[in-house]
Amino acid sequence: MPNSYTDVYFPVLVQALIAMATAAGLLAVSFLLGKRVRNRVKDMPYESGIVPTGDARHRFSVKFYLVAMLFIVFDMEAIFLYPWVVVYRELNSEMKMFPFVEMAVFVFLILAGFFYIWKKGALDWATSDVAERKR
Amino acid sequence: MDVILFLIFATIAVVAAVNVVVQSHPISSAISLIGVMGSLAVLYLLLGAEFIAAAQVIVYAGAVMVLFLFVIMLLNAGTETRQSKSETAHLLGVPALLVFALLLAYFIRSQPDSGVHFGGFTGGSAQAVGRALFTTYLLPFEVTSVLILIAIVGAIVLARKEI
Amino acid sequence: MDPSTWFYAISLIKILVVFGVLMTTLAYLQWVERKVIAHIQVRPGPYFVGPHGLLQPLADVIKLITKEDLLPPYVNKPLYLAAPFIAVSMALLSISVIPFGPEIDVFGYHTYMQLTDLNIGVLFVLAASSVGVYGVALAGWSSNNKYALLGALRSSAQMISYELPLSLTIAAPLLISNTLSLRKLVETQGGNPAHAGTLWNWNLFHGWQWIGFLVFLISAFAETNRIPFDLAEAENELVAGFHTEYSSMKFASFFMAEYANMITVSAMAVLLFLGGWVAPWPAEYGSGLVPVAVFALAGLIAVYHGLHPARRRDRFSLPAAGLVFLFIAAAFLAPFTQSWLLPLFWFCAKTGAILFAFIWVRGTLPRFRYDQLMGFAWKYLFPVAIVNLLATGLGVALFG
Repeated sequence: MPNSYTDVYFPVLVQALIAMATAAGLLAVSFLLGKRVRNRVKDMPYESGIVPTGDARHRFSVKFYLVAMLFIVFDMEAIFLYPWVVVYRELNSEMKMFPFVEMAVFVFLILAGFFYIWKKGALDWATSDVAERKR
Repeated sequence: MDVILFLIFATIAVVAAVNVVVQSHPISSAISLIGVMGSLAVLYLLLGAEFIAAAQVIVYAGAVMVLFLFVIMLLNAGTETRQSKSETAHLLGVPALLVFALLLAYFIRSQPDSGVHFGGFTGGSAQAVGRALFTTYLLPFEVTSVLILIAIVGAIVLARKEI
Repeated sequence: MDPSTWFYAISLIKILVVFGVLMTTLAYLQWVERKVIAHIQVRPGPYFVGPHGLLQPLADVIKLITKEDLLPPYVNKPLYLAAPFIAVSMALLSISVIPFGPEIDVFGYHTYMQLTDLNIGVLFVLAASSVGVYGVALAGWSSNNKYALLGALRSSAQMISYELPLSLTIAAPLLISNTLSLRKLVETQGGNPAHAGTLWNWNLFHGWQWIGFLVFLISAFAETNRIPFDLAEAENELVAGFHTEYSSMKFASFFMAEYANMITVSAMAVLLFLGGWVAPWPAEYGSGLVPVAVFALAGLIAVYHGLHPARRRDRFSLPAAGLVFLFIAAAFLAPFTQSWLLPLFWFCAKTGAILFAFIWVRGTLPRFRYDQLMGFAWKYLFPVAIVNLLATGLGVALFG
C-alpha cells in the first residue's frame, strides 16, 4: 500500500521514465545498427517518384483551424463535466434534481451555440450536392 | 523526494519558458510552451491539486496548443529574422528585469505562510472542485457557458469568409 | 524490511512485469492481426518463421532495426526525432493506471493488481492521449513532405474531433459509478467481493448505456486511427500519411504507439462499461470453470490436430502447445491461484474481445471519406454523446 501522496505517483514516475527510455532506445537502436548509404535521389522528399516542386508547407484550408477552435471551446465544456459527475449523487441527495437542472442549463446554452454553428454550415466539411443546387 | 521533484520540474518549466522566447522558429517556441504547461501540471500535482493538473494538461497542453500549432502551420510562419539590436532595449531591459525580480522576491517574502505543503492542498481534487463549483460558485459557472457561447460565435465570425 | 521499502520493491517488480507483458502483447498483437485478417480473406497469413509464423514478430523486429535509418536532409531534425518519441512515450504511459484485478495477497503483503490507482485515473488516460496528438502533428510537419503534412493535418483534426464524443461518453459511466478512479469504477460494477455481482451490474446494462458504449467504441476506433477511420494513412491517396518519410525503427515506433493505444482504449472500454475484471456471473455458479473449459478445449483440439496424420508439419509444435494449454487449464483449478488468475482471465478475455473487434472491423469495412468522417463526429456522435450524458443524469436523479 502506498504510504503517502507522493508514493501514489511513484509508479507513474517510473513508468514515465521507462516509456521515455523505450522511445529513446527505439530511435537509438536503429540509428546504431542500420547502415546508411546516401545519394542525391534518396535525399529528396518522397513524392511517388516525381521530382518535388515548391515548398511542402503550403497554407491549408481554414477549416482545420476552425475545427481546432471549436475543439477548445467544447473541450472546455467537457472538462467542466468531470467535477459534476463525481459530486452528482452527493448533491442530488441533498437537493433533489438541483444538480441536473444546473448542468441542463449549462449544456442547453452550449447546445444553442452548437446548433448555431451547425446551421451556419461550419460543420459541413465539403459543400454537399443539395447546398450546391440551392445556390 | 518532493523537493527534488519540485526542483527538477521547476527548472524544466523555467528553461522551457526561456526557450519559448529564445527559439527563432515559432513551432519550436510552441513546443517549448507545451513543455511549460506540462511541468506546471506536475507542480500542481506535487501540491495535491490532481484535478487542476489534469485539466491543465487536457485543456492547455492538449487543446489550446493544438490550435497554436495549427495556426502556425496555417500561416506557414518561417523563422523569425533577428532585427538590428537595439541599445535602449539592453540598457533598460536588464535593470528592469532586476527590479522586477527583486519586487517579486519581496512580495513572496512578505506573504504569510499559507501552510500548504507538498501533497497537502485538498481543494484541488475533482470532488472538492465539483462541490465548490456547483454550490458556492454556481453563478460564475453558469456565466461560463455564456462565455463559451460567445467564443463559439466568435470562432464562426473569424472563419466566416472562408465557409 | 519496513513497509515503505516493501512498497517500492513491489512497485518496481510490478512495473517490470507489466512492461514485459505489454511489450510482448504489442509484438504479438501484430501477429494476431495479420493471422485474423488472413483467415478472413481465406489465406494462411505468416506461416514460415517458426510454427504457424509464431516467430514472425521477432523476425520483423530484427528486420526493422537493421534497416537503413534514413535521416533526410530536408527535415526539421529535432522535431522529426521528437515526434516518434512523443508518440511512443505517451502511448506507454497510460498502462500505469489500468487495473487488471482486485487486491491480492503476496506472501502476506497486500497489493493491488494495478501499478497505481490515481483519484483522477480516467483523466490521466485522457491527458496522455490528448498529448499524443502532437506525435502525429509534428511528424507530418517536420517531414517537409506534402503527403506527410496532409496526412498529419487530417489525422490531428480527426483525433481532436473524436476526442470530444469520447470524453463526453466517458462521463456517463463515471456518473453512474460516481468516481474518477479506475479501481473504484470497477468496484461499483460488482468487483467488490462483498457483493460479487452479475453482468446486470455492469455499466453497459445500466439504462440505455449501450448507446454510450457504441459511441465510445466508434470514437475509440477514430482516436487510434484504425480502419474505417484511418484517413491519415490512406495509402491510395497519401502514400503513408504522416509517417511517409520515416524508416526503420522510427517507422515502427508509430505502429507501436498505435497498438499500445489500441490496448489502452480497449482496456478503458472494459473498465468503463464491461465491469473490468468481474466475472459475468458469480463464481459459485461456475464462472470459475469457464477458463478451465476454454483452455482444456483449446489444448485438446491442439493435441488432436497435432496427432492427425494430415498435419505433418506441426507434429511437434501443436501437441506441445496443447500440453501448455492443458497445463494452464489445470492452473485455474489450483486453489491458491484462483484469487488472482480468475480476475486476470476475465479482464484479458474482455479486452481481447474488444481488440478482436478492432481487427474484425479492419477486415470488414471500407474507409470513410474525409467529409463524412468529420460530419459523423460533429453531427451525430457529439449530440448523441451529450444527450446520453444528460439522460443518464436524469435517470440517476430519478431512479438512483
